[in-house]
Amino acid sequence: MAMTMQVDIVSAEESFFSGLAEFVAAPAIMGEVGVHPRHAPMLTRIKPGSVRVKHAMSGEETLIYVSGGILEVQPDVVTILADSAIRGENLDEAKAQESKKRAEEALKNRDASMEFAKAEAELAEAVAQLAAIQKLRKIR
Amino acid sequence: MAGGKEIRTKIKSVQNTQKITRAMEMVAAAKMRKAQERMRTARPYGEKIRNVAAHMSRAHPEYTHPFMGERSNSGRVGVILVTSDKGLCGGLNTNVQRLVLGKIKAWDQEKVQIDAVAIGNKGLGFLQRLKAIVVSSVTGIGDTPHLDMLIGPVKVMLDAYAEGKLDALYVFYTKFVNTMKQEPVMEQLLPLASEKLEGATGTWDYIYEPDAQSIIDQTLRRYIEALIYQAVAENMASEQSARMVAMKAASDNAGNVIGELKLIYNKSRQASITKELAEIVAGAAAVG
Repeated sequence: MAMTMQVDIVSAEESFFSGLAEFVAAPAIMGEVGVHPRHAPMLTRIKPGSVRVKHAMSGEETLIYVSGGILEVQPDVVTILADSAIRGENLDEAKAQESKKRAEEALKNRDASMEFAKAEAELAEAVAQLAAIQKLRKIR
Repeated sequence: MAGGKEIRTKIKSVQNTQKITRAMEMVAAAKMRKAQERMRTARPYGEKIRNVAAHMSRAHPEYTHPFMGERSNSGRVGVILVTSDKGLCGGLNTNVQRLVLGKIKAWDQEKVQIDAVAIGNKGLGFLQRLKAIVVSSVTGIGDTPHLDMLIGPVKVMLDAYAEGKLDALYVFYTKFVNTMKQEPVMEQLLPLASEKLEGATGTWDYIYEPDAQSIIDQTLRRYIEALIYQAVAENMASEQSARMVAMKAASDNAGNVIGELKLIYNKSRQASITKELAEIVAGAAAVG
């Protein structure tokens, strides 16, 4: 029987692949790597690209596209922690800035939302008062 | 006693309300199933990345990443508050907000200030009413949380921590226990609690490409992101089931109100018929 290893390809949002395989090829940051069972433990970043998995039983190959992530290799386990979004130093920074800006804008609109909340509370009070009056009337 | 027509209109309006709450209940039930599914699919990633992080922290005892290890000097902590965008979900948001409020008061006494990140509209409004410093926010997540939307606010916090502006980072969200029960929880994200990273044993080490430090940094960042994503996914499942339960209670209440109103309506109708009959009989007696 050919040697096999457990391969898991997961992202934070979903699981792409999980099963036994006899060979995996992944686009590592320093160049494509191929992993057979009993590979030395390795940890590397991977670039956006396709991961090729050769199934243990049928020998079929599956191509899975990943948008970067981390590849972990242990002698009988290969794990690819895929990113579920397109990442990049600048892109992440832009997103951080954007979320900061949103918070600032929300702060500027604070008066409007404050007034809305206040009105909401007053409305709830008025409704409760009305209900109480109606109950009183029923009793009479 | 109110007139028959007014009661009839009132019954109609309560019936309309009931229709809406019942529809919302069914929508929430359908969404809840999907949200739970999503919550489950997010789990393996968190587990796998935790294993990797655990192993790395063991293989490199001499190198301590800023995310590990205690410290306290800046007098500020980070708070990430996960709430829903929409209301009508029972006490879900109120409960988690109460937990936050209690913590903030405790920190206040220790002269610890907070920097907050709001995920979800309700929490944003709450933090602003408290006049807390909201450094970043994300709202309008919709029914499917995407990591894409969370990267920005999480990075703001992680960078602040790495620069030493924060002593610790906490996340507040509503944990999904089961359909009937959801509980607000506080979890410490940073510094990484060491007991969370236990598990891997052995003295071997990885081959790192390109270098250990950058991979460790990236892995830990992804790990925190995964934890927050998990919190958001869980909060969403909690939101939908809380809404389903709240809307079911509202539909039941509407049913009771309709029953009562119908009773009053029939009584007043019978009373008026009796009155009319009595008048006719009295009139006939007077003539005869």
